[in-house]
Amino acid sequence: MIYLDLFFTLFKIGAFTFGGGYAMLPLIQSEVLRKGWLSQKQIVDFIAVSESTPGPFAVNISTYVGSVKGGILGSFCATLGVVLPSFIIILIVARFYEKFKKSKTVEGVMSGLKPAVIGLIASAVISIGTTVFFANGFSLSVFSTKEFYISLLIFALSIVLVLKKLNPVFIIILSATLGILTGFLFGL
Amino acid sequence: MIKRTFKDNIKTLATLFLTFFKIGAFTFGGGYAMIPFIEKETVEKRGWIKSEDILDIVAIAESTPGPIAINSATFVGYKIAGFFGSFFATLGIVLPSFIIILIISYLLKSFADIKAVQYAFFGIRAGVLALIIKALITMYKKCPKNKVAYFVMLFSFFITVIFDINVLYVVASCAVIGLLSSIYATRREKE
Repeated sequence: MIYLDLFFTLFKIGAFTFGGGYAMLPLIQSEVLRKGWLSQKQIVDFIAVSESTPGPFAVNISTYVGSVKGGILGSFCATLGVVLPSFIIILIVARFYEKFKKSKTVEGVMSGLKPAVIGLIASAVISIGTTVFFANGFSLSVFSTKEFYISLLIFALSIVLVLKKLNPVFIIILSATLGILTGFLFGL
Repeated sequence: MIKRTFKDNIKTLATLFLTFFKIGAFTFGGGYAMIPFIEKETVEKRGWIKSEDILDIVAIAESTPGPIAINSATFVGYKIAGFFGSFFATLGIVLPSFIIILIISYLLKSFADIKAVQYAFFGIRAGVLALIIKALITMYKKCPKNKVAYFVMLFSFFITVIFDINVLYVVASCAVIGLLSSIYATRREKE
């Protein structure tokens, strides 16, 4: 049943996510792509939506996956799934968090998890980069398409603006505008 | 927890819910962006928790599974009003996202076939790539750097790029690597 599947999949993702922001992205990719619930393009598009709307990425993406696969009830099951591991674990930890804070075991585990998330997100950058620049698979003919160079231009411009600490919402609006302009101009 | 009357309890829970609903509805950029907002609402405005507790909350939220936003809401809720406090704080922080995204997902479905929307997303994808790279750089800067950390970074990167491996296994094995290396380090210190 899709509702149970949504719940348990997102529960698993919630239980294995450490850290905020995009820490969940590699897990979402791994599980949700594998099941064919969303395409790589849909995930990337949704990151833009999530950046431009309030709320944590985790809740946003879970609600979205749930809604695509199972409507309102699907969203509910997926979001409940992603929230529940946090909720249960924090309730337990909150009771003896002084001990938890000083725990050598937790410290050790975290010393492995923090760098792991970085490696995993770097790997997500590669797969998303492939989607952006080689949407129809990698071949030499890609380098003679207008799409490739327009994407490259928008990417380069966004990198410069991102490093200048411009608001992400502004970067999304700008790249959307450039996408629309070049799209109609060159008839992509 | 201080002993309160039933009416006080209901009032506290309602305020908790509304406070976290506000935080959920107005913070862009997820968990870490919420921390200053949580601090302002719960420490400065309400005096529910002490300023130094915020550091504890961040530390706990980081070292337990689950997104930072949910972890901190549950934790703050628990500190203020026990189990029901956690429940209403978490519900509050989740609900705005849930409602907004539900609406947006229907809009996305209805507008997906429009040419202009397709072009917009074509542009947006390149921009999003830049945003994720930025997030990656920020995380890298914050991460403690030593031999084990570099090894784990490279290990998790290459194994997921080269093989079609389930990320859950990679996360689990990196936790084990971290734990073993810290046990080994303490043992060597003792000797």
